[in-house]
Amino acid sequence: MKRKWWIAGLLIALAVTLLSPLASAWPDGLERVAEDKGFSEDAQDAPYEAIPDYVLPGVGNEAVATILAGIVGTLVVFGLAYGLGALLRKREATQRD
Amino acid sequence: MHIPDGFVNIPVAAATYVASGGSLAYAVRRTNKELGEKQVPLMGVMGAFIFAAQMLNFPVAGGTSGHLIGAALATILLGPWAGMLIMTSVLVVQALIFQDGGLVALGANVFNMSVVACLVGHYAFTWLKRLLDEGIRGTVISGFVAAWASVVTAAIACALELAVSDTSALTVVLPAMTLVHILIGIGEGLITVAVLAFLAATRRDLLQLRPN
Repeated sequence: MKRKWWIAGLLIALAVTLLSPLASAWPDGLERVAEDKGFSEDAQDAPYEAIPDYVLPGVGNEAVATILAGIVGTLVVFGLAYGLGALLRKREATQRD
Repeated sequence: MHIPDGFVNIPVAAATYVASGGSLAYAVRRTNKELGEKQVPLMGVMGAFIFAAQMLNFPVAGGTSGHLIGAALATILLGPWAGMLIMTSVLVVQALIFQDGGLVALGANVFNMSVVACLVGHYAFTWLKRLLDEGIRGTVISGFVAAWASVVTAAIACALELAVSDTSALTVVLPAMTLVHILIGIGEGLITVAVLAFLAATRRDLLQLRPN
Protein backbone atom coordinates (compact mmCIF):
# COMPACT_ATOMS: atom_id res chain seq x y z
CA MET A 1 0.00 0.00 0.00
CA LYS A 2 2.74 2.40 0.96
CA ARG A 3 4.31 2.57 -2.48
CA LYS A 4 1.03 3.93 -3.85
CA TRP A 5 1.06 6.97 -1.57
CA TRP A 6 1.19 9.25 -4.59
CA ILE A 7 -2.29 8.10 -5.65
CA ALA A 8 -3.58 9.52 -2.37
CA GLY A 9 -1.68 12.74 -3.14
CA LEU A 10 -3.22 13.00 -6.60
CA LEU A 11 -6.68 12.34 -5.16
CA ILE A 12 -6.17 15.19 -2.66
CA ALA A 13 -5.23 17.51 -5.56
CA LEU A 14 -8.33 16.41 -7.50
CA ALA A 15 -10.45 16.94 -4.35
CA VAL A 16 -9.12 20.51 -4.16
CA THR A 17 -10.59 21.20 -7.63
CA LEU A 18 -14.04 20.43 -6.19
CA LEU A 19 -13.69 23.65 -4.19
CA SER A 20 -12.88 25.74 -7.29
CA PRO A 21 -16.46 27.01 -7.86
CA LEU A 22 -16.20 28.62 -4.41
CA ALA A 23 -13.12 30.66 -5.36
CA SER A 24 -13.30 34.43 -5.08
CA ALA A 25 -14.20 36.06 -8.41
CA TRP A 26 -12.55 39.34 -7.41
CA PRO A 27 -9.59 40.46 -9.55
CA ASP A 28 -6.22 39.18 -8.34
CA GLY A 29 -3.37 41.43 -7.22
CA LEU A 30 -2.01 42.23 -10.69
CA GLU A 31 -5.49 42.63 -12.24
CA ARG A 32 -6.49 45.00 -9.42
CA VAL A 33 -3.35 47.12 -9.85
CA ALA A 34 -3.86 47.18 -13.65
CA GLU A 35 -7.46 48.42 -13.18
CA ASP A 36 -6.58 50.98 -10.50
CA LYS A 37 -3.57 52.34 -12.37
CA GLY A 38 -5.31 52.37 -15.77
CA PHE A 39 -3.32 49.89 -17.82
CA SER A 40 -5.70 46.91 -17.84
CA GLU A 41 -6.74 47.92 -21.39
CA ASP A 42 -3.22 47.03 -22.58
CA ALA A 43 -3.99 43.31 -22.16
CA GLN A 44 -4.33 41.48 -25.47
CA ASP A 45 -6.58 38.52 -26.20
CA ALA A 46 -4.93 35.13 -26.59
CA PRO A 47 -4.36 34.01 -30.21
CA TYR A 48 -6.52 30.92 -29.52
CA GLU A 49 -8.70 29.62 -26.69
CA ALA A 50 -8.73 26.05 -25.37
CA ILE A 51 -10.26 26.22 -21.88
CA PRO A 52 -10.42 29.98 -21.21
CA ASP A 53 -11.11 31.25 -17.65
CA TYR A 54 -10.94 27.71 -16.24
CA VAL A 55 -14.42 26.89 -17.56
CA LEU A 56 -14.65 23.82 -19.81
CA PRO A 57 -16.52 24.90 -22.98
CA GLY A 58 -19.76 23.12 -23.85
CA VAL A 59 -20.79 22.33 -20.28
CA GLY A 60 -24.00 24.08 -19.24
CA ASN A 61 -23.47 24.22 -15.49
CA GLU A 62 -20.65 26.67 -14.73
CA ALA A 63 -19.68 25.06 -11.42
CA VAL A 64 -19.38 21.65 -13.12
CA ALA A 65 -17.49 23.20 -16.05
CA THR A 66 -15.06 24.81 -13.61
CA ILE A 67 -14.46 21.56 -11.72
CA LEU A 68 -13.98 19.65 -15.00
CA ALA A 69 -11.48 22.28 -16.21
CA GLY A 70 -9.67 21.89 -12.90
CA ILE A 71 -9.55 18.10 -13.23
CA VAL A 72 -8.18 18.34 -16.79
CA GLY A 73 -5.46 20.79 -15.72
CA THR A 74 -4.57 18.85 -12.57
CA LEU A 75 -4.12 15.61 -14.53
CA VAL A 76 -2.13 17.28 -17.32
CA VAL A 77 0.23 19.00 -14.86
CA PHE A 78 0.57 15.75 -12.89
CA GLY A 79 1.59 13.90 -16.05
CA LEU A 80 3.97 16.64 -17.17
CA ALA A 81 5.75 17.05 -13.81
CA TYR A 82 5.86 13.27 -13.19
CA GLY A 83 7.21 12.73 -16.70
CA LEU A 84 9.88 15.40 -16.26
CA GLY A 85 10.91 13.79 -12.98
CA ALA A 86 11.02 10.30 -14.48
CA LEU A 87 13.07 11.56 -17.40
CA LEU A 88 15.56 13.50 -15.29
CA ARG A 89 16.01 11.42 -12.12
CA LYS A 90 19.55 10.34 -11.33
CA ARG A 91 20.48 6.90 -12.60
CA GLU A 92 23.83 6.06 -10.99
CA ALA A 93 22.72 2.51 -10.17
CA THR A 94 21.71 1.63 -13.72
CA GLN A 95 24.79 3.25 -15.24
CA ARG A 96 27.08 1.02 -13.18
CA ASP A 97 25.51 -2.17 -14.56
CA MET B 1 0.09 37.52 -10.90
CA HIS B 2 -0.04 35.97 -14.38
CA ILE B 3 0.99 38.67 -16.86
CA PRO B 4 -1.19 38.72 -19.99
CA ASP B 5 0.28 39.60 -23.39
CA GLY B 6 0.42 43.33 -23.95
CA PHE B 7 1.76 44.19 -20.48
CA VAL B 8 5.43 43.52 -21.27
CA ASN B 9 7.17 44.80 -24.41
CA ILE B 10 9.24 42.65 -26.74
CA PRO B 11 12.68 43.44 -25.23
CA VAL B 12 11.44 42.56 -21.72
CA ALA B 13 9.70 39.44 -23.02
CA ALA B 14 12.87 38.35 -24.87
CA ALA B 15 15.17 39.07 -21.91
CA THR B 16 12.96 37.15 -19.47
CA TYR B 17 12.64 34.23 -21.93
CA VAL B 18 16.45 34.05 -22.09
CA ALA B 19 16.88 34.36 -18.32
CA SER B 20 14.19 31.75 -17.65
CA GLY B 21 15.58 29.41 -20.32
CA GLY B 22 19.07 29.60 -18.86
CA SER B 23 17.79 29.03 -15.32
CA LEU B 24 15.72 26.04 -16.44
CA ALA B 25 18.68 24.51 -18.30
CA TYR B 26 20.64 24.69 -15.03
CA ALA B 27 17.64 23.35 -13.09
CA VAL B 28 17.48 20.37 -15.49
CA ARG B 29 21.19 19.62 -14.90
CA ARG B 30 20.85 19.83 -11.11
CA THR B 31 17.67 17.74 -11.09
CA ASN B 32 19.44 15.16 -13.22
CA LYS B 33 22.11 14.87 -10.50
CA GLU B 34 19.90 15.07 -7.41
CA LEU B 35 16.40 13.74 -7.98
CA GLY B 36 15.82 10.41 -6.27
CA GLU B 37 13.43 7.65 -7.26
CA LYS B 38 10.94 8.51 -4.51
CA GLN B 39 10.83 12.18 -5.52
CA VAL B 40 9.57 11.46 -9.05
CA PRO B 41 5.93 10.86 -8.04
CA LEU B 42 6.19 13.73 -5.53
CA MET B 43 6.99 16.05 -8.45
CA GLY B 44 3.75 14.96 -10.12
CA VAL B 45 1.70 15.28 -6.94
CA MET B 46 3.19 18.71 -6.14
CA GLY B 47 2.46 20.00 -9.64
CA ALA B 48 -1.10 18.65 -9.51
CA PHE B 49 -1.75 20.13 -6.06
CA ILE B 50 -0.26 23.53 -6.96
CA PHE B 51 -2.31 23.75 -10.16
CA ALA B 52 -5.52 22.89 -8.29
CA ALA B 53 -4.74 25.20 -5.36
CA GLN B 54 -3.97 28.09 -7.73
CA MET B 55 -7.61 27.97 -8.85
CA LEU B 56 -8.78 28.81 -5.32
CA ASN B 57 -8.66 32.58 -5.19
CA PHE B 58 -9.12 33.84 -1.64
CA PRO B 59 -10.38 37.35 -0.93
CA VAL B 60 -7.97 39.92 0.50
CA ALA B 61 -8.77 43.52 1.40
CA GLY B 62 -10.72 45.84 -0.87
CA GLY B 63 -12.36 43.71 -3.60
CA THR B 64 -9.09 42.00 -4.46
CA SER B 65 -8.27 38.31 -4.40
CA GLY B 66 -5.09 36.30 -4.37
CA HIS B 67 -4.14 32.70 -4.83
CA LEU B 68 -1.30 30.39 -3.92
CA ILE B 69 1.77 30.45 -6.16
CA GLY B 70 3.27 27.36 -4.53
CA ALA B 71 6.93 27.94 -5.44
CA ALA B 72 8.08 28.02 -1.81
CA LEU B 73 6.09 24.88 -0.99
CA ALA B 74 7.58 22.98 -3.96
CA THR B 75 11.04 24.26 -3.06
CA ILE B 76 10.77 23.30 0.61
CA LEU B 77 9.75 19.75 -0.33
CA LEU B 78 11.94 19.13 -3.38
CA GLY B 79 14.60 21.84 -3.54
CA PRO B 80 14.67 24.89 -5.83
CA TRP B 81 15.68 23.06 -9.03
CA ALA B 82 12.93 20.44 -9.08
CA GLY B 83 10.72 23.26 -7.72
CA MET B 84 11.42 25.37 -10.80
CA LEU B 85 10.52 22.48 -13.10
CA ILE B 86 7.26 21.92 -11.21
CA MET B 87 6.32 25.62 -11.26
CA THR B 88 7.21 25.89 -14.96
CA SER B 89 5.02 22.86 -15.72
CA VAL B 90 2.11 24.60 -13.99
CA LEU B 91 2.70 27.92 -15.76
CA VAL B 92 3.12 26.35 -19.22
CA VAL B 93 -0.14 24.37 -18.86
CA GLN B 94 -1.94 27.50 -17.60
CA ALA B 95 -0.71 29.54 -20.57
CA LEU B 96 -1.22 26.90 -23.30
CA ILE B 97 -4.52 25.34 -22.20
CA PHE B 98 -6.20 27.89 -19.92
CA GLN B 99 -5.07 31.18 -21.51
CA ASP B 100 -3.97 32.31 -18.04
CA GLY B 101 -0.82 34.34 -18.64
CA GLY B 102 0.22 35.33 -22.16
CA LEU B 103 2.42 33.34 -24.54
CA VAL B 104 4.74 36.29 -25.21
CA ALA B 105 4.76 37.00 -21.47
CA LEU B 106 5.38 33.35 -20.53
CA GLY B 107 9.11 33.94 -20.08
CA ALA B 108 8.35 36.76 -17.64
CA ASN B 109 5.79 34.68 -15.74
CA VAL B 110 8.24 31.77 -15.47
CA PHE B 111 10.96 34.19 -14.36
CA ASN B 112 8.78 35.73 -11.61
CA MET B 113 6.77 32.79 -10.28
CA SER B 114 9.22 29.97 -10.97
CA VAL B 115 12.84 31.21 -11.01
CA VAL B 116 12.64 34.17 -8.61
CA ALA B 117 10.00 32.67 -6.31
CA CYS B 118 11.82 29.32 -5.98
CA LEU B 119 15.25 30.87 -5.36
CA VAL B 120 13.93 33.38 -2.81
CA GLY B 121 11.88 30.64 -1.17
CA HIS B 122 14.96 28.41 -1.07
CA TYR B 123 17.36 30.94 0.46
CA ALA B 124 14.81 32.36 2.90
CA PHE B 125 13.89 28.85 4.06
CA THR B 126 17.43 27.47 4.42
CA TRP B 127 18.84 30.58 6.15
CA LEU B 128 15.94 30.85 8.58
CA LYS B 129 15.84 27.16 9.34
CA ARG B 130 19.52 27.28 10.26
CA LEU B 131 18.80 30.11 12.72
CA LEU B 132 15.78 28.38 14.22
CA ASP B 133 15.48 24.80 15.38
CA GLU B 134 15.62 21.74 13.18
CA GLY B 135 12.23 20.45 14.27
CA ILE B 136 8.77 21.05 12.90
CA ARG B 137 8.51 24.45 14.64
CA GLY B 138 11.52 25.72 12.69
CA THR B 139 10.09 24.27 9.48
CA VAL B 140 6.73 25.98 10.01
CA ILE B 141 8.14 29.44 10.83
CA SER B 142 10.76 29.30 8.04
CA GLY B 143 8.13 27.98 5.64
CA PHE B 144 5.73 30.84 6.38
CA VAL B 145 8.40 33.53 5.91
CA ALA B 146 9.83 31.86 2.79
CA ALA B 147 6.38 31.62 1.21
CA TRP B 148 5.56 35.24 2.03
CA ALA B 149 8.94 36.50 0.75
CA SER B 150 8.64 34.49 -2.49
CA VAL B 151 5.32 36.15 -3.33
CA VAL B 152 6.49 39.68 -2.50
CA THR B 153 9.71 39.37 -4.53
CA ALA B 154 7.86 37.81 -7.49
CA ALA B 155 5.49 40.82 -7.36
CA ILE B 156 8.45 43.22 -7.28
CA ALA B 157 10.01 41.47 -10.30
CA CYS B 158 6.65 41.73 -12.09
CA ALA B 159 6.40 45.45 -11.26
CA LEU B 160 9.93 46.09 -12.56
CA GLU B 161 9.08 44.33 -15.85
CA LEU B 162 5.93 46.45 -16.24
CA ALA B 163 7.90 49.62 -15.51
CA VAL B 164 10.75 48.79 -17.94
CA SER B 165 8.07 47.98 -20.56
CA ASP B 166 6.62 51.47 -20.00
CA THR B 167 3.25 49.95 -19.17
CA SER B 168 3.14 51.87 -15.90
CA ALA B 169 5.47 54.24 -14.06
CA LEU B 170 7.81 52.57 -11.57
CA THR B 171 6.74 54.95 -8.79
CA VAL B 172 3.13 53.88 -9.39
CA VAL B 173 3.31 50.16 -10.10
CA LEU B 174 6.08 49.15 -7.67
CA PRO B 175 4.40 50.33 -4.44
CA ALA B 176 0.96 49.13 -5.65
CA MET B 177 2.15 45.63 -6.56
CA THR B 178 4.29 45.30 -3.44
CA LEU B 179 1.55 46.43 -1.08
CA VAL B 180 -1.19 44.12 -2.37
CA HIS B 181 1.18 41.15 -2.43
CA ILE B 182 2.30 41.79 1.14
CA LEU B 183 -1.31 40.84 1.96
CA ILE B 184 -1.61 38.00 -0.57
CA GLY B 185 1.72 36.63 0.73
CA ILE B 186 0.11 36.05 4.14
CA GLY B 187 -2.36 33.68 2.46
CA GLU B 188 0.54 31.99 0.67
CA GLY B 189 2.31 31.56 4.00
CA LEU B 190 -0.77 30.11 5.72
CA ILE B 191 -1.48 27.58 2.95
CA THR B 192 2.19 26.57 2.76
CA VAL B 193 2.34 26.03 6.52
CA ALA B 194 -0.95 24.09 6.49
CA VAL B 195 0.44 21.67 3.89
CA LEU B 196 3.75 21.32 5.77
CA ALA B 197 1.91 20.64 9.03
CA PHE B 198 -0.33 18.10 7.27
CA LEU B 199 2.73 16.30 5.88
CA ALA B 200 4.47 16.43 9.27
CA ALA B 201 1.45 14.69 10.80
CA THR B 202 0.87 12.12 8.04
CA ARG B 203 4.05 11.56 6.02
CA ARG B 204 6.99 13.05 7.90
CA ASP B 205 9.39 11.14 5.63
CA LEU B 206 8.33 13.29 2.66
CA LEU B 207 9.65 16.36 4.50
CA GLN B 208 13.11 14.79 4.55
CA LEU B 209 13.44 14.07 0.81
CA ARG B 210 14.76 17.50 -0.02
CA PRO B 211 18.29 17.59 -1.45
CA ASN B 212 20.67 19.94 0.36
